[in-house]
Amino acid sequence: MSTMKKSFSHLVLPLSVMALLIIINLVKGADYFRITMVNGALYGNIPNILFGASELVILSIGMTLVTASSRGQDISIGESATITSAIFVQYVLQASEVTPLTIVVAFLLSCVGGLVLGAFNGTLVSIFKVQPMVASLILFTGGRSIAFMIDGKLSPILANDISNKIGTVIPGIPIQTPIILTVVFIVLIAVVFKTTNLRLYVETVGINPNAARLNGINPKKIIFLTFLIMGFCSAVAGFIAVNKAGRHDSVNLLKLIMMDAILAVAIGGNSLGGGKFSITGSIIGAYTIEMLNRTLLRLEIEPAMIKVFKAIFIIILMVVASPVARAYFTKVLDKVRSSNKRKESIPKDAHIPTTNIAVKKEE
Amino acid sequence: MLSEIILEMKDISKSFPGVKALDSVDFKLRKGEIHALMGENGAGKSTLIKIITGVYEKDAGLITLQGEPIHFKTPQEAQDKGIGTVYQEIMLCSNLTVAENMFIGRSHGPVVNWKQMNEKAEQLLASLGIPASPMQELSSCSLAVQQMIAIARAVDMDCKILILDEPTSSLDEDEVHKLFELMRELKDRGVGIIFITHFLEQVYEISDRTTVLRNGKLVGEYETASLPQIELISKMLGNVLEDITKLKKHEPVVTDTSVPVFEGIGLSSVAGVRPFNFAIQKGEVNGFAGLLGSGRSESARAIFTADKVTGGEVKMKGKRVKIKTPLHAIKQGIGYLPEDRKGDGIIADLSVRDNIILTLQVLKGFFKPFSLKQAEEFADDYIEKLNIKTPTANTPIRSLSGGNQQKVILARWLLTHPEYLILDEPTRGIDVGTKVEIQKLVIQLANEGMSVTFISSEIGEMIRTCSRLIVMKDREIVGELRGTDLTENDVMNVIAKGGRNA
Amino acid sequence: MKKALSIMLILVLLGAGVLFAAGVKETAGQTKIGIVNLPPEESGYRQANVEDMNTVFSTANGYDAKQTNTGDNSEQIAAAKGYIRDGVDYLLISAANASGWDDTLKSAKDAGIKVILFDRAIDTDASNYQAAILSDMGYEGKKAVEWVLSLGLNKINLILIRGQMGSAAEIGRSAAVLEAAKAGKLNIVADGTGGDSWSLEEARKVVEAAIAAGKDFNVIYAQNDGMAQGAVQALEAAGISHGKGGKVKVIGFDFNRFALRNVQAGYWDADMQCNPRQAAEIAKWIKSGTIPSGIVYQEELLLTTDTITDELIDKWGINADPGKGVVTR
Repeated sequence: MSTMKKSFSHLVLPLSVMALLIIINLVKGADYFRITMVNGALYGNIPNILFGASELVILSIGMTLVTASSRGQDISIGESATITSAIFVQYVLQASEVTPLTIVVAFLLSCVGGLVLGAFNGTLVSIFKVQPMVASLILFTGGRSIAFMIDGKLSPILANDISNKIGTVIPGIPIQTPIILTVVFIVLIAVVFKTTNLRLYVETVGINPNAARLNGINPKKIIFLTFLIMGFCSAVAGFIAVNKAGRHDSVNLLKLIMMDAILAVAIGGNSLGGGKFSITGSIIGAYTIEMLNRTLLRLEIEPAMIKVFKAIFIIILMVVASPVARAYFTKVLDKVRSSNKRKESIPKDAHIPTTNIAVKKEE
Repeated sequence: MLSEIILEMKDISKSFPGVKALDSVDFKLRKGEIHALMGENGAGKSTLIKIITGVYEKDAGLITLQGEPIHFKTPQEAQDKGIGTVYQEIMLCSNLTVAENMFIGRSHGPVVNWKQMNEKAEQLLASLGIPASPMQELSSCSLAVQQMIAIARAVDMDCKILILDEPTSSLDEDEVHKLFELMRELKDRGVGIIFITHFLEQVYEISDRTTVLRNGKLVGEYETASLPQIELISKMLGNVLEDITKLKKHEPVVTDTSVPVFEGIGLSSVAGVRPFNFAIQKGEVNGFAGLLGSGRSESARAIFTADKVTGGEVKMKGKRVKIKTPLHAIKQGIGYLPEDRKGDGIIADLSVRDNIILTLQVLKGFFKPFSLKQAEEFADDYIEKLNIKTPTANTPIRSLSGGNQQKVILARWLLTHPEYLILDEPTRGIDVGTKVEIQKLVIQLANEGMSVTFISSEIGEMIRTCSRLIVMKDREIVGELRGTDLTENDVMNVIAKGGRNA
Repeated sequence: MKKALSIMLILVLLGAGVLFAAGVKETAGQTKIGIVNLPPEESGYRQANVEDMNTVFSTANGYDAKQTNTGDNSEQIAAAKGYIRDGVDYLLISAANASGWDDTLKSAKDAGIKVILFDRAIDTDASNYQAAILSDMGYEGKKAVEWVLSLGLNKINLILIRGQMGSAAEIGRSAAVLEAAKAGKLNIVADGTGGDSWSLEEARKVVEAAIAAGKDFNVIYAQNDGMAQGAVQALEAAGISHGKGGKVKVIGFDFNRFALRNVQAGYWDADMQCNPRQAAEIAKWIKSGTIPSGIVYQEELLLTTDTITDELIDKWGINADPGKGVVTR
């Protein structure tokens, strides 16, 4: 029982933030959860959030893995996605007729591109031991120029029927395609976790690379692998983003999304210092950020102040989630518990049930 | 020294969720005495110390410091009242210099006078005979020297009470000796010292009084000199005393002398071991004996390729094999329990279960994860077999005591059913009970046909367990001892005579 | 060793971009021009601007022109100083930062070099440069608001989607709207921003939030084409009609060809130009020998579903052309 609770304790923070945001929204309008059918697709706040957060969710998954294994962050994910989606668009545009096969081949090519970019970052980090942020700074700085070159120095238009359907809805299916793709991606990741030892290896490497090596795990390979996965995530996110946008804007596509992705990882209860991780947490974190962005708009905060409000909110969140604050809460809880205990005068050897987060760190 | 009590603890109780760590414990520390605090892991020593130092708050009881009731809420408060602590695990910053580690965080005001700081450090290091220079980066010092620097840091503070929590576990004899001199000096100045150790000899050498705890309860307070060693052990362990005496009588395992299970020829590594030859037979237990830094651990690491091997060849059961990484070694049926449990052994945040199955899982392959059920069966099996004390298999290993962590690492290797298992200091920093259990286990494993290399800084342990001792000095093999009636003196003689300067 | 290698690798990669920009060639007897500009990958506008400079000031047209493209102000100043040392006849500058140029401009003046600023003004005394040819963002805003007011709507409920807050374009293009609102000529029902990246997605969220709040609106005033696109996506998803004959009137800025095609198709209603092609005008001045002094604003167009033509799209549009009749969602 207590272990069950413990393993979900990291979700307390993102879920309670989400609950808070929902309450705010419900106060602003009781029809927050209302969903209607518009042109054969579900429409409402919730579908909008799911739709809007697709790329962020996918990128946060990759970011979680990179963070866990390498103890650092990849800041080039938006740029990687811009490059891979440029590859996608170029392949689609050279086709005389755009068929589903064209799209699939183009997508696979962009995935290859993503893996190459991931391998580039991964090599720097795992073999050359460059700090992840520094390593990915290269692509962060130069990535959009590369995409710009691939684009033939223009913003090519992706005006074909299939892209349109991928970016909006497929007739007959009431859910927007990006939402479906995100779900498929999450399922895929879940299957990978189910059928491989990815979690065990990544966590081991992130917590103690020395011990990992002595137990037969090659930390370099695992770190490299997580960057490959990150590259794949970037390719998928780029694919969704460019089909949503309908054209390839190498300047602004998914710009600065790594900030939100890193934040999603942190809100999800993951340590940015690597080690144990929770993909579920990051996914919830990503949706929470999307919700936060929309809530700030719903509150009609002045455009000039909107960033300030977001920053304040995040600072509060991070302080509440910090180990210092957690330790304090635990201490307070302990006190409450022991004073209760005295009042009720339970026999001395009675076990006090583990309630709540109670992350007791004993060395 | 008959004298005033500086610290008195009465009826101290402390509970953690699910565990009663201390139950109405009394403790008295007098001025100018060295007081050994003894007990198995989990007896409550650490909790008691942490209550004194303000890390934990007590649930009940009274603490008085020089007659004045105290209630520390933070370690800083305790420090300000003159309570200095040195922990078993080194709590210094390895990327700072020696002098910085000794003084930083304790200066008043924002400005650091580097020159003065370095000079002060130099003096202190010299007076304590610590072989380190103030400007040296801490990470370049040996573990032992790092520990001594931690002690120097605590000693330099104007302290009334000094708590030494297993300070000697990584020190060699000479260094222990120096530390004891220092402790006596402080004792003469009137400092009360609480000393926790697993080395019984040290208790008798240095302490005036001994307080024994068992399972969170006070067993008693004794004058050390009038408490026979065997009685002390029985007070600490309760009823397992028989086991120790039995173990002593145990005949070393007889070796099968056909082809060796493992044979290394001319092995050398980047850690600086000179090329050495080494072989072990099926069912044999041997040991690398020698002082700290003699190359005993480095040799073991070279066999497992924990350090990069720079030369030599390896045969498993007479067949030449290539072992270039630990994974190759594991696949060849070699297991290695590393010396540095925290740094190389445990995956601190992972569960006991994951820590147990880790290596077998790696052997099985990336794409073939064990089902949760299977993993749990493995874990539960070994938790029971090795008597690992953990609330559940899902508990993170870091919240276990040192001895139980070590058992988890052992379980991890036993689960892979190695033919040859290297145990580097498996008994370091763990309680007597577990030590005995591990030694018994080693002999049992050998009887079942496993070859074991057992390395320990306690030569007595090795003599009890090993049928052959390879003696090392200055990173090379200087001799080999066999026989059932070896004594520590025999080993010392070989060390003293052996080597290039002989 | 590995560390050193990786650092080298980084330096080489970072350096490559800078080296690219500095090809050297020497020709005589032509008008020597040094152009200090932002990099083409900054935006579609800049891409068109850089290309335009290259085509107009080509060797074939009798110019010996060099162009430096960087977004770093100090690199720009260094490049300008290099051109002054080279003894160019004209120095054309589009500055990354409006300040820090005084000394450079003075030394150009001392060397007898005529400085012409294009697209972006510099905070300096007017005597430090010959002429500046700029887009008047305020004018663009006024023209767009005029169009909004001319639509003949009963009551104008407008969603304002701003660009990067505090940028010249945002300030200029917002001013007219805010002024009209103050004068009671229109009503701003939602005021949002696409953020620093003039983001399509953010613009979409602004409109989605307005819809969720049950706001009634009939005009979307998006300060660039990408944000207009995002806004329209939100309308599409919510099933709200727009464009010619639709409920919500949509205007974007910048004259991207895709946007103009959308206007042409009646998917949007209007687009306001921000002209990146100052080179032809500057060339005219140079050829005629009479260069105006002070700030000169370019005439810029507003095209609606009624006034748009293929020729205009071809002539004035920037970026890729999706082709006639193709709507970019």
